[in-house]
Amino acid sequence: MNTFTIGGVHPEPNKLTADKKIETLGLPKQAVFPLSQHIGAPAVPCVQKGDTVRVGTRIAEPGGFMSASIHSSVSGKVAKIDTVVDASGLRKPAIFIDVEGDEWEPSIDRTDTLLLQNNLSREEIIEKIKNSGVVGMGGACFPTHVKLSPPKDCMIDTLIINAVECEPYLTADHRLMLEHPDEIIVGIKLILKVLGIDHAVIGVETNKQDAIELMNSKLSMVSGIEVMPLKMKYPQGGEKQLIEAVTGRQVPPPPALPANVGCVVQNVGTVYAIYEAVMKNKPLIERIVTVTGKSVKNPCNLKVRMGTPVSQLLEYAGGMPEDTGKLISGGPMMGRPLLDETALVVKGTSGILMIPESEAARREERNCIRCAKCVQACPMGLEPYLLATASESGDWECAEENWIMSCIECGCCQSTCPSRRPLLDWVRLAKNRVGGMIRARNAKN
Amino acid sequence: MTFIVTAVLVLGITGLVIGLVLYAVSRKFKVEEDPRVASIIDLLPGANCGGCGFPGCAAFAEACVKSESMDGLKCSACKKEVMQQVAAIAGHTVELGVEKIAVVKCSGSCENRPKTGVYDGASSCAAAALMNGGDTGCFWGCLGCGDCVKACKFDAIKMDPETGLPVVDQEKCTACGACVKACPRSVIELRNRNKMDRRVYVSCVNKDKGPVAKKACAVACIGCGKCVKACAFEAITLENNLAYIDTDKCRLCRKCVDECPQHSILAVNFPLRKEKSEPTDNN
Repeated sequence: MNTFTIGGVHPEPNKLTADKKIETLGLPKQAVFPLSQHIGAPAVPCVQKGDTVRVGTRIAEPGGFMSASIHSSVSGKVAKIDTVVDASGLRKPAIFIDVEGDEWEPSIDRTDTLLLQNNLSREEIIEKIKNSGVVGMGGACFPTHVKLSPPKDCMIDTLIINAVECEPYLTADHRLMLEHPDEIIVGIKLILKVLGIDHAVIGVETNKQDAIELMNSKLSMVSGIEVMPLKMKYPQGGEKQLIEAVTGRQVPPPPALPANVGCVVQNVGTVYAIYEAVMKNKPLIERIVTVTGKSVKNPCNLKVRMGTPVSQLLEYAGGMPEDTGKLISGGPMMGRPLLDETALVVKGTSGILMIPESEAARREERNCIRCAKCVQACPMGLEPYLLATASESGDWECAEENWIMSCIECGCCQSTCPSRRPLLDWVRLAKNRVGGMIRARNAKN
Repeated sequence: MTFIVTAVLVLGITGLVIGLVLYAVSRKFKVEEDPRVASIIDLLPGANCGGCGFPGCAAFAEACVKSESMDGLKCSACKKEVMQQVAAIAGHTVELGVEKIAVVKCSGSCENRPKTGVYDGASSCAAAALMNGGDTGCFWGCLGCGDCVKACKFDAIKMDPETGLPVVDQEKCTACGACVKACPRSVIELRNRNKMDRRVYVSCVNKDKGPVAKKACAVACIGCGKCVKACAFEAITLENNLAYIDTDKCRLCRKCVDECPQHSILAVNFPLRKEKSEPTDNN
């Protein structure tokens, strides 16, 4: 069975919510939309205080090529445009909307009817995706219309659908495949049309056997799309790891893109969003969020409107357990800790995870014993101990020479370190600094 | 016996030959070094802190001798008198400005600024600043991981374990500016030393609106502007909900200190006044 070759770890899967149906969460009292929910330039508000909006009304326009628009997920009045503490813990500008009723834009098709065909051209589909503010739903939030317009000189031959969901605890993509397989297949066909190719592979890890079987039975009559079961290993859902697992091709270090080896990778959640955007005219206003944790009373998969405060999700799941030591947005490996439950559901929120205090606290840090476990674990073939030391001593040149910009911040190194060194913290710092240096250098030339 | 004689002769002759060669080479390829450079290097502190903008003290000394005047050349670690000696050796005259000192503009001790979370990542302010807003409600002030302490080449900054804030040793601080560069939150500023090391400054960098800032920290500047009105010398400006005292314009009258409802403005090294209760040991 296929998997990627370099590094990787095997964290406990802990998929507590794999059998829980997707439930719909009620409307919030006030929805808040941070303006930078994606990679690239923040969106620019196109509404003003006091404006009335409906569900699906565009409230912010892209702030550049690498940006995405934001749509209101509720109907009501714009209360203010102010700053809010977002999931990164920093104060960012956001649009606040007071909810009144639930009135949708008339252009949105709210029925469950499956639409199979449309006569849109390639450009029209991309335009629709762009106007719907669709971004990568795997967590990185890369604007999808940018990803679907690969550089002209790259020959794309394979579309890879990322349904790996290798992060422990999270089951949003798994449930989506079980409950909306037909929509996903239509979405894949749309992307194939945009890319002008006829071959797609859905990569799924073997712990989702039911999803593999269901997709296989649905695809028996469809040519060009296949399901590839993959051996379980973290971080298989990383773009470069998945490409290697599925096609055996290795993506060269940055600035090379997956397109350079003929692949385009899309998350299965993104595919569903594309289906809704193109066929149903529905912009990206909802997403599936897994609310989970070992001591959570009612772990669940929820369909949540964007801009809903996390506290409402916790309430639905039976409240935050008393022994919670860490509240995390995303999975335990790559998620970001939240300061408190006032944080918001944004386009990249794949899960809300509550870790008990006994597991959350980091243990005392010791000296590096040169065991090279981190080197073995790194899926990018880097030397995390070296990068961390370089970062600690501020030697950014050394970090850059040792390919720090290739790091995908998966956290394998830190999780295997027997001395419990905060390797990823240091690497992130160095990555940030080296990234700044490279940008400054490029700006000069 | 012959062994010893042979050994002494062989080594002696080898040494002599090599010595002559070395002498000849050193005469032929002699590097003419300005003797002034060496004497300036002797005067400089030799910490190679880089505060002057040159790679080290030797490079700075060379630049002093080569340049036409002392414009833009200043060892931030040296006292006035030393700089005048350096200038005299290099054959320039120098007009020196006021001496400076690093000032920590944050009073967010554990008492004033309660913790809202736990940061247990890498012990570096830069890493903490990247992670999220830090472990308090204030996203502007000191993170308390001690990057400034590590940056100081003169052992002049220590963390106070009680307040969790850095304290500058005013005897040792040379105002080289290394800590200013190291601080990811720009909490540290170089300010004039003034007479008797007296200083008046706003000990806060929080640019949030009043209520938000006040909620995060008991001594945060709320941008009320009372100090601006109180100042007779137009030394105080208010920008982004934060007051700033221009160190060159301030005449140390301390009117603003009495006026500040948040006690964010600190006056240090002043003799105690009867009605004033400001701590005087807080640099």
